[in-house]
Amino acid sequence: MDRLVIGGRELKSRLFIGSGKFADESIIGDIVAQTGVEIVTVALRRVSLSGDGDNILRCIPKECVLLPNTSGARTAEEAIRIARLARAAGCGDWVKIEVISDNKYLLPDNNETIKATRVLAEEGFVVLPYMHPDLYAAKELERAGAAAVMPLGAPIGTNRGLKTKEIVRILIEECRVPVIVDAGIGKPSEAAEAMEMGAAACLVNTAIATAGNPLVMARAFSQAVEAGRLAYLAQPGETTEYARASSPLTGFLRS
Amino acid sequence: MHSFYEQIEAYEGFDFARFLEGVSLRQVDGVLNKDYLSPHDFLALLSPAAAERLEAMAQKAHRLTRQHFGRVIQLYTPIYLANYCVNRCVYCNFNHRNDIERRQLTTAEIEGEAEAIAATGLRQILLLTGEKPGKDALDYLINAVEIVRNHFTAVGIEVNPMDVAAYCRLAEAGVDSLTIYHETYDRAVYDRLHPAGPKKDYRWRLDAPERGCQAGFRAVNIGALLGLNHWPSEAFFTGLHASYLQNKYLGAEIGIAVPRIKAGPGAYQPESPVFDQDLVQILLAFRLFMPRAGISLSTREPAELRDHLLPLGITRMSAGSVTAVGGHIDENADDGQFRVSDERSVDAVREMLIAKGYQPVHQDWHRLA
Ligand code: SF4
Repeated sequence: MDRLVIGGRELKSRLFIGSGKFADESIIGDIVAQTGVEIVTVALRRVSLSGDGDNILRCIPKECVLLPNTSGARTAEEAIRIARLARAAGCGDWVKIEVISDNKYLLPDNNETIKATRVLAEEGFVVLPYMHPDLYAAKELERAGAAAVMPLGAPIGTNRGLKTKEIVRILIEECRVPVIVDAGIGKPSEAAEAMEMGAAACLVNTAIATAGNPLVMARAFSQAVEAGRLAYLAQPGETTEYARASSPLTGFLRS
Repeated sequence: MHSFYEQIEAYEGFDFARFLEGVSLRQVDGVLNKDYLSPHDFLALLSPAAAERLEAMAQKAHRLTRQHFGRVIQLYTPIYLANYCVNRCVYCNFNHRNDIERRQLTTAEIEGEAEAIAATGLRQILLLTGEKPGKDALDYLINAVEIVRNHFTAVGIEVNPMDVAAYCRLAEAGVDSLTIYHETYDRAVYDRLHPAGPKKDYRWRLDAPERGCQAGFRAVNIGALLGLNHWPSEAFFTGLHASYLQNKYLGAEIGIAVPRIKAGPGAYQPESPVFDQDLVQILLAFRLFMPRAGISLSTREPAELRDHLLPLGITRMSAGSVTAVGGHIDENADDGQFRVSDERSVDAVREMLIAKGYQPVHQDWHRLA
């Protein structure tokens, strides 16, 4: 059986969703109900910890794993503090590390991410670091105790697709922890492509939240992720550069 | 120190009118097809030719904004703490020479204002004062910050320019964003409109956003006061300034505002009016030049226009604004710094946003104590 286990939890859905850009967060319940999504990320900076006002946490169905992220953190130290704050506020043990100190392209800072991962894994968090795809950094994150690594497919929010494909492929081959493609994926076909390559899961926010019909788009992504995974498991036939005719013209030479 | 001032100097003698007139429709279409714009591409979007491509610019600006910011709008509101001012800015009602009632909120009054605003659900606040230099003024501001941070998750200031050490003290007290408008980037016009007072020092004010970045404020917002001078060059320098800061201080979120001057009770009339269509063009050009920069829209603009501007690149809006000192707790407060045009309540703005398919966001930041 094809199982994805992260932090001791077995996940049936390999589509993770972000919650940051929806017009109305209450749609998350419908998405979860219709697609079986089990992991939802939430920016802790948007969560009202005093419990007043509209609270996004109320929109996340109980059966989901809440994955608070550290967006807004510019250093390892800030990410660590946000993660601890999330845990103290009852958001559970999972955390997605996002350390971004570049507001122009929003690229993750691998060095700071590794530092934060080391400290938080030590403290018992299930740490999922968002990273710039780089083999050395991925291996270092693994050693630091990351439960998975989350390389970007393209800069966050760009919907440009799997621009980092070659490197992500290497990470998939070399990493022992699951590789989850995060950021940049704009279309279900791109998610399917990442899954066909062997990614363990995909995290999608912008492409779903800003679609004309987010609910239908979430379904499309969920099916694409599933199709891509099936294709990976089915081990696609080899691709060749020349046609292999079923009735070869030069076959007589071999007889 | 190396500063944005040098970039401005490099444009000494640059013939804006000639450049803008020379931009062709083809050139504008070329710029619209690019992902990354050079400063001159940006300037081309401020030309009369680009005015003929507003719809195409709007479509692209809308797409980029939705992509980077999603369907969410941050809400905030100002608190006017004091209207004492040593300056004589000719366009401002708080001008030192104006015979208005001067006051400064007491600690209890600040608390009262903060409570009244927090009751509307808002969690992001902007503190404003006139310019009152000196240690007392700084201590007063720090005290105000400490009071309001118990009610709000994000605290911004819009006050006179300060040195890095003062900004550091404010950051430590809980300020996370700095807003400072350069009013006009044209040195001659600047000099004429600021006849006396410390604000006359062009360079000190120009470098204030950069000092804010150095002090480590999470967000720094800049803008020109539109209407003081020919708008294409003002918009151009604002964009250039924002991009200079963003490139140099990657960790700071640089935001832009497009305040259009309002005739205050002092009846100042803008010398270079900026019409609605011009404002739209400025907004769109900013969004295309800096796809990830936050853009704020204040209640200086009327409700109906704000609703129309919303999808063109706006990411932050003020709501329920009162520009008089103590205006939230004192119904008899005077006219304030300028007249608010969008007088809708916070609830009404929130409802409008939801009806238009946006999520009003009250909190986008946690103070890490
Ligand atoms: S614009 Fe500011 S500095 Fe100038 S007079 Fe008004 S309050 Fe004072």
